[in-house]
Amino acid sequence: MSVPFRVQPALDDENRFFWLSGEDGCLRFARCGDCGEWLHPPLPRCPACGGRDINPEAVSGRGQVWSYTVNHHSWDGSTEPYTIGLVELDEQQGLRLTTNLVGCAPDEVHIGMRVRVTFEQQGIVWFPLFEPDPDVTDPEGGS
Amino acid sequence: MQDALRLQVDWHSGGIEGAAQLAAVVNAVLAVGAGLARHVLVYRTVTESSAQGSGGRSGIGMDGGGGGGGGAPRFGGPLQWSLPFRAYSAANWLAMNCHRHMHEFGTTPEQLAQIALNGRRNAARNPKAVYREPMTLDDYFAARVITTPFRLFDCDAPVDGSTAVIVSAAEHARAVDHPVARVEAVGTALRGRPSWDQWDDMTTMSARDAGAMVWERTDLTPADVDIAELYDGFSFLTMTWLEALGFCGKGESGPFIEGGGRIALDGELPLNTHGGQLSAGRLHGFGFIHEAVLQLRGEAGDRQVGGPNAPGRAPEVAAVANGGGPIAGAMILTKEDGR
Ligand SMILES: [Zn+2]
Repeated sequence: MSVPFRVQPALDDENRFFWLSGEDGCLRFARCGDCGEWLHPPLPRCPACGGRDINPEAVSGRGQVWSYTVNHHSWDGSTEPYTIGLVELDEQQGLRLTTNLVGCAPDEVHIGMRVRVTFEQQGIVWFPLFEPDPDVTDPEGGS
Repeated sequence: MQDALRLQVDWHSGGIEGAAQLAAVVNAVLAVGAGLARHVLVYRTVTESSAQGSGGRSGIGMDGGGGGGGGAPRFGGPLQWSLPFRAYSAANWLAMNCHRHMHEFGTTPEQLAQIALNGRRNAARNPKAVYREPMTLDDYFAARVITTPFRLFDCDAPVDGSTAVIVSAAEHARAVDHPVARVEAVGTALRGRPSWDQWDDMTTMSARDAGAMVWERTDLTPADVDIAELYDGFSFLTMTWLEALGFCGKGESGPFIEGGGRIALDGELPLNTHGGQLSAGRLHGFGFIHEAVLQLRGEAGDRQVGGPNAPGRAPEVAAVANGGGPIAGAMILTKEDGR
């Protein structure tokens, strides 16, 4: 599969860890060292407890498809349909990432599908995408 | 505007923060209530049709858009969490909300279509609407898919247009010889994270809070509402507003609009009586306020509820809603006779 056009994030001190994280194969989110809350997008202070001990921490990279849409309109010049997904990570209820679902046809995607992170490198940025989790037998099928 | 009309104003306000597009009207209400002003002109002008007509919307691909000076455009802030994944438009973001609603409540594409079909029926009676030709369910499904489950007619129509409303002190009603719309209550609450993908309940989004608050500030109830003018930048938003304002239960907007009869001009809750943004055109929220005022004043012409084409009671209570993704505003207007 050819690498699609992607808008690049403007890296700064708050988000750099997130966008470079995939280099070692791990997805990371900011986490509060005091109460354990995962924060996304990253913040300098924990909204749950007020703590300031916020550091990037690796997650399992596994979660479920919370919702998705198959895009058909050509916004960026490409006419190939692709799947935008919203993945909720296993680590915390409501910890979600807008992403692309890859490694399966658009019509095989369904809400609740188990997925795991996979990275697409463009320059120094590692975009976290998600693919069907090979370690899970999906009761709802797919194929 | 202030310069063009050489106005000497005691109060002015602008900007985009607040309870969606309605924030400007709410600010005017507050200014009048606080005595900073007696009459406030509130307006919204859009030129999206011209902008797209002259060479089309600029692409976001390698050859345009986004800035960044060479190579791919770079984004910080909230957009960095959607654009890199080619989720470029609110159509993409909201389509995922709609899919989740379908998943949790069994809402069907045929039910969703009723928002667009209802708008088109009403637009046929609105001489200022952009899409007035009849549309069938087959026409709706024959239109191209934008981003599942949204098709072309689930997305509003860009237009050039300007809408103005004047907010005046309540006692001014006695000085005019026509009915006026009284601001009975506003809903401006935001009780979740103002984010497309981090909002707690994707099936409600922020309409939930503005809709709940508006009923906390009046003795009226949803059963008292005669007409509903509810934002339809995308069709699904209107469904979230029907639920948020209590016209039906949570998750029940699909069955509520099934078949379209209940929300038709002669139904129990006439909805988007001018055609909404889907068929009348995207006046970015202000069209709904304007239409509610026309209906309450009995000036809505061929589409007047209570008129020859929609026999029944003339409307006395209107619900108006704007926005509904990460920000939302709602308002209840009532008819008050002039002198
Ligand atoms: Zn904390």
